[in-house]
Amino acid sequence: MRFDHRHLLGIAALRPDEIVTLLDLADRYVSQSRDTRGHAQTLSGLTQINMFFENSTRTQASFELAGKRMGADVMSMAMQASSIKKGETLIDTALTLNAMHPDLLVVRHPHSGAADLLAQKVNCAVINAGDGRHEHPTQALLDALTIRRRKGRLHRLTVAICGDIAHSRVARSNILLLHKMENRVRLVAPPTLLPSGIEDFGVEVCHDMTEGLKDADVVMMLRLQRERMDGGFIPSEREYYHRYGLDAEKLAHAKDDAIVMHPGPMNRGVEIDGTLADDINRSVIQEQVEMGVAVRMAAMDLLARNLRARPSEIMA
Amino acid sequence: MTDTHRPLLIHNARLVDPEAGRVTEGAVLVEDGRIAQVFDHPAPEIDEGRVPADARRDAGGKVLAPGIVDIGVKICEPGERHKESYGSAGAAAAAGGVTTIITRPDTDPPIDTPETLEFIRRRGSEAAPVRVLPMAALTKGRAGREMTEIGFLMDAGAVAFSDCDHVIADTRVLSRAMSYAAGLGALIVAHPQEPGLSRGGAATSGKFASLRGLPSVSPMAERMGLDRDVALVEMTGARVHFDQVTAARALPPLERAKRNGFDVTAGTSMHHLTLNEMDVADYRTFFKVKPPLRSEDDRQAVIEAVRTGLIDVISSMHTPQDEESKRLPFEEAASGAVGLETMLPVLLRLYHSGDLDLPTLFRALSLAPSRRLGLDSGRMAAGAPADLVLFDAEKPFILDRFKLRSKSKNTPFDGARLQGKVLATFVGGLSVFEAA
Repeated sequence: MRFDHRHLLGIAALRPDEIVTLLDLADRYVSQSRDTRGHAQTLSGLTQINMFFENSTRTQASFELAGKRMGADVMSMAMQASSIKKGETLIDTALTLNAMHPDLLVVRHPHSGAADLLAQKVNCAVINAGDGRHEHPTQALLDALTIRRRKGRLHRLTVAICGDIAHSRVARSNILLLHKMENRVRLVAPPTLLPSGIEDFGVEVCHDMTEGLKDADVVMMLRLQRERMDGGFIPSEREYYHRYGLDAEKLAHAKDDAIVMHPGPMNRGVEIDGTLADDINRSVIQEQVEMGVAVRMAAMDLLARNLRARPSEIMA
Repeated sequence: MTDTHRPLLIHNARLVDPEAGRVTEGAVLVEDGRIAQVFDHPAPEIDEGRVPADARRDAGGKVLAPGIVDIGVKICEPGERHKESYGSAGAAAAAGGVTTIITRPDTDPPIDTPETLEFIRRRGSEAAPVRVLPMAALTKGRAGREMTEIGFLMDAGAVAFSDCDHVIADTRVLSRAMSYAAGLGALIVAHPQEPGLSRGGAATSGKFASLRGLPSVSPMAERMGLDRDVALVEMTGARVHFDQVTAARALPPLERAKRNGFDVTAGTSMHHLTLNEMDVADYRTFFKVKPPLRSEDDRQAVIEAVRTGLIDVISSMHTPQDEESKRLPFEEAASGAVGLETMLPVLLRLYHSGDLDLPTLFRALSLAPSRRLGLDSGRMAAGAPADLVLFDAEKPFILDRFKLRSKSKNTPFDGARLQGKVLATFVGGLSVFEAA
C-alpha cells in the first residue's frame, strides 16, 4: 500500500493504485462512522484548520466531522469574515496560520490554483477542498466510493456527467478520476456550459440528454452554479430544466439500474426533479454525503501517516 | 567614458546591418555622436592607421548592432516608483542593449496632459542614461470617453498615442480620436482585443486553461479587435501600430490590411515569441502576461510572421510588478513581466535555434520601430546616431532574477539557460554600459 503524497491538491497527481488505497481505507471508515462506540484516536494530538474562503456548509461540516471522529483538534475559520476583509493576502494569512503549527490545512478558495499556492508556503499537509474551477479531489473520491459500493466496481462503467461543466471543479476532478480508473465518460451540456478544448479531454460530448444518457450506468448531475454566472449562459431556468433537467422520462434512457448522483446542494426543479432526487432506488445523493465523511477521514489519515513519517521541516 | 567629440573607432567587429540584411566583418567610426563611416573588412586604411580616430576599441570579433528601440516600456513613474523608476529602468535598458525606450502612459495618474508629459520627459532625461521618448494616452484618464489634447501633447514631445491595454470599447469615440489624430499625422498604438470577449481572461482558451480551471479568452478576440481597428483605419486614414499581435488567426487580416496599403504596422512581444501557454504549468504567475501566452502553433506562426516582416516590431512590453502583486492566486495576480535587460539574450534563442538571423532580429528590434516613429536610428550606416550594442552572441549564462537592475524582478526566465551577453552599449557614441 502506497500513498506517497504530502498534500492532496488534486486527482491529477494520484495514481490509480493510490486511489484504490484511499478508497479501501475509506470503506473501513464507513463502518467505523456507523459505529456508536465513540471516536478513534488516529489523529489525536494533531491540529486541523479549515480555511474556507468561499461559502460552504456541507463540505466544511464533513471535514470538521471527519477530523473530530478521528480525534483531531479541529478549528474552522470563516475566512470571508476575517483578515481577508482587512486586506491581508492569501499568503500572509497562510503564513500566520503556519506559525501556529497546524498539521492539516483544509482549504477552499474561489480561485483556481490557490491550494497549490498555499501548499508551497506552509509546512503542514494541505487538502484542497475546492479551488475555483480547478479541482475538488475529495468530492471525486467520495463519488468514486459511492459508485464502487453500488456498482461493485469502478471500471468499465459509462458515466454521464450533466450540467454546468464549464464552471465545475467537481466535473474536472471526476473526469480525471474516472479516466484513470478506465471508465467511459460522457459530458452532457449546452455548448455554453462546456469548457474550451473539451474535445481534447478524451470524453464523449453530447448536447442532448436522450443521447447522452443512453445506456449510462451512472448519471451525475451538477449544480447549475448560478452565483458564478455572468449571465447569459442559458436563456432561462425553465428552458434549462426542460432540456437538461433530470426527470424519470430522461432517466429511462439510461440503464435500468443506473444510479443518480448529485454533489449538492441541489436546485430541485432546475437540474433535477424533486421526486427523483428522493427515490431511494435510484438516487444515491444521501449516500454520497455519508461517503464524504469516510473519504475525508481516509485522506487525512493517509496524509497524517506521511506527516509523522518524515521529520517536519523548519521554515527559515 | 568616451568623450563625445573624440572620434572612436570600433574595429574587428561583426556588423549587423538590418537595412541591407547582412552581417559583415568590419569597423565603425563614430564622430560627434553619429556613425561617420562604416568599413568592410579588409580595410587597409584602418590597418595602416589612416583613420582619424583618437580612441580605438577592439571588439574582439563580437557582434555590433544598432541599439534596440523598445516600444511600450512601462516605467512606474509617476505612481508606483517602488516598482520601477527612470533610474532603474534606464540602467536595465543600458545593460540590455536598449538605447531608446518608448514609455507607456499607463501610469498612475496616466500621462494624458502636457503637464504630466513634461514631468516624465524631465525625469527621463535626468535619470536615464538611454534615450527616453514618451507616449501619451489617447483618451483622458485612459477611460475611453474623451480624446486627449493630441496636438499639445505632440508639441510637448509625445511620439505616439495609446490607451495601452484599456481597449476603447466605444467605437464612435475611437473613430473620432483616429480621425483627429490622422489630421495631425499622429501615430496611434492600439491593443488588438475585443474587450467584451476578453474580459476576465487569464489564459488562452483550450485544453490547458480548462484543465487548470482558469478563466480563458479565445485568440479570436485578438483577431476581432484587429478587424475592427483596421476597418476604422480604412474609414479615418489613421496611422496605427498594433502593440502585440500574438495569435495565428490575427495574421491574415493584418496581411490584408497591409496589402491594401493602409498605414498599419504590428509588433509582438519577446514573451509570445519564446514561451507558450504550457509554461504557466502550476500557476506560475510570473508567466501571466497580457494577452495571455498562446499555443505553440500560435508561437510558431508569430515567429514566421516576424521572419517575413508581416510583424514589424518586437518589444519587451516591459511591465514591472512587485512580489506582492504576483504572489497571489493566478486569476488575482497582476499581468506583465520585465524584459528590458533580458530581451536580447532571450530573443537570441531564436537566432540559435535557426528561426531568425541577426539582421532580421535587429530589423524588428531596432530598424522597424525606429522608422515607425520617424527616428533616424536603428541603422548601421553613415549618418545614423551612434546608438549601438556590442554583444557576445554565444556566451552562455544562467539568469538570476535578483541580479536584474530593474527594481521589480518579475521575469519568467529566472533560472533559464540563455546564450548572449551584452558587452557594451553606446548612446550617441557615449558608452552607457560596460560589462564587468
